Amino acid sequence: MTDPLIRLRGVSVRFGRQQVLSNVHLDVYPQETVALIGESGCGKSVTLKLIVGLLKPTDGEVLFEGRPVHRLTERELTAMRLRVGFLFQGAALFDSLTVFDNVAFGLRAEGGLGEPEVRAKVRQRLQEVGLPEGAEAKMPAELSGGMRKRVGLARAMALDPDVMLYDEPTTGLDPIMTDVINELILLTRRRTSVTSVVVTHEMRTVQKVADRVVMLYPLSRLSAGEPQVVYDGPAAGLTEAADPRVRQFVLGEARDRLTELGGVYHG
Amino acid sequence: MDGIGDWALFSGRAIRGVLSRHLKGRELLHACFDIGYSSLVVVAVTGTFIGMVLAVQTYAQFHTIGLDTSIGAVIHMSVVRELGPVLAAVMLAGRIGTAMAAQLGTMRVTEQIDALACLGVDPVKYLVSPRFLACLLMIPLLTVIADLMGVLGSSVICLQVFGIEPYHYWEHSARFVKRFDLLSGLAKSVVFGGVLCLICCHRGFHSRAGAEGVGRAATEGFVLSFVAIMFLDFVLAMITTTIHDAFWPPAGARVA
Repeated sequence: MTDPLIRLRGVSVRFGRQQVLSNVHLDVYPQETVALIGESGCGKSVTLKLIVGLLKPTDGEVLFEGRPVHRLTERELTAMRLRVGFLFQGAALFDSLTVFDNVAFGLRAEGGLGEPEVRAKVRQRLQEVGLPEGAEAKMPAELSGGMRKRVGLARAMALDPDVMLYDEPTTGLDPIMTDVINELILLTRRRTSVTSVVVTHEMRTVQKVADRVVMLYPLSRLSAGEPQVVYDGPAAGLTEAADPRVRQFVLGEARDRLTELGGVYHG
Repeated sequence: MDGIGDWALFSGRAIRGVLSRHLKGRELLHACFDIGYSSLVVVAVTGTFIGMVLAVQTYAQFHTIGLDTSIGAVIHMSVVRELGPVLAAVMLAGRIGTAMAAQLGTMRVTEQIDALACLGVDPVKYLVSPRFLACLLMIPLLTVIADLMGVLGSSVICLQVFGIEPYHYWEHSARFVKRFDLLSGLAKSVVFGGVLCLICCHRGFHSRAGAEGVGRAATEGFVLSFVAIMFLDFVLAMITTTIHDAFWPPAGARVA
């Protein structure tokens, strides 16, 4: 088998006194689409930010193509980040720039392209995510949630990345827009040989796009020494997983959590 | 201590950004306009009132010992050396510093700063450097406005209300307030401007989540800037006095 493109080796992350990840191992192979699932606060988004070096692991290391991310020089880190497209949770559009300038931002920052080429590329990317030409001049504040996500996607894909990281791409969208985004993720993978990590807790997204599913469990609910990765395998095996915690998450059942609701549900 | 070290690294990065190709003319112009235009009126108004207040307060003291015409020298000296630069800096911290902290804080919270980094742009150099340079460029101008309005405000009160004789009033003022005083005030203002910008931007960059986090970043930015301005003012006053005395030995013996 080929070497993993992204590799987390014994990674722990702590913010102050709060430990978010503990000794996590994860390998992502080229052209694979991995869905990272788990409850809110289990460290999914943190994992994505570790990959692009926005956060540093407290312990362990994150490797990109076999090289530790936190030891790259500034120039190497920039070069690496330009190969990675990141769709942020709230799309993170620059609110002082128009839709067009948002999508063009990476192209202009990278340089090397004339303004007509930038224009053509931005048009093409916006078309791919299904946004009309009229949307180009709009400011992010004028867009709906689904449109923002699509502009964010167009911006992340503007530089033809080798790796796409999606942070909850469908959270908060209506069912139709959710499916549109799912299709866009699939389309991107089909058209280019992109490696993707999708952080989500939408099971429909998982079933539709993932080659492999990794489930993280919140540290606060684990006893010391238990591994944080509670599932690593194909999406089809989720409902029959041996671990009851995985089935509970996938089927969306509150079960024992009800006892945490302050006694209301006791009886 | 940790915070100061982090701030120093942050500042070093922002200053390096000023010298690098990251600095875009359009961003700089925008920041300059923002800073200069929006603070102009508030600096002018406070400058005028400070001058007027000084005139009212000093007149009573100086009138009793018959030194009416020296008031100009005293007030103009304090305005040009101290009040102009400090006032401009404090107003800039309140008007622009807090806005910068809130803006950058919002960008942090909505992950726009992370997005910049992911698009291969250094967020500190892209966001902070133009603001920093704009503060350095604009604060001397604001200080000049504060100085002018302070002198104007005090003179209107002294000459029109208290009826001090104008010739000797201006004559004394011109004899005591030298170019060195004006320039040392302007130099001080540049230091204030740079430091307050870097403090406020740094607070914004480290803003915590939510409306409360951003609000706190803005408040912290102002309070820390204010303290820093006062502290630096003290240090710089000591330094400038030393320099002044080295070139122009204490004038005590020469006062008639």
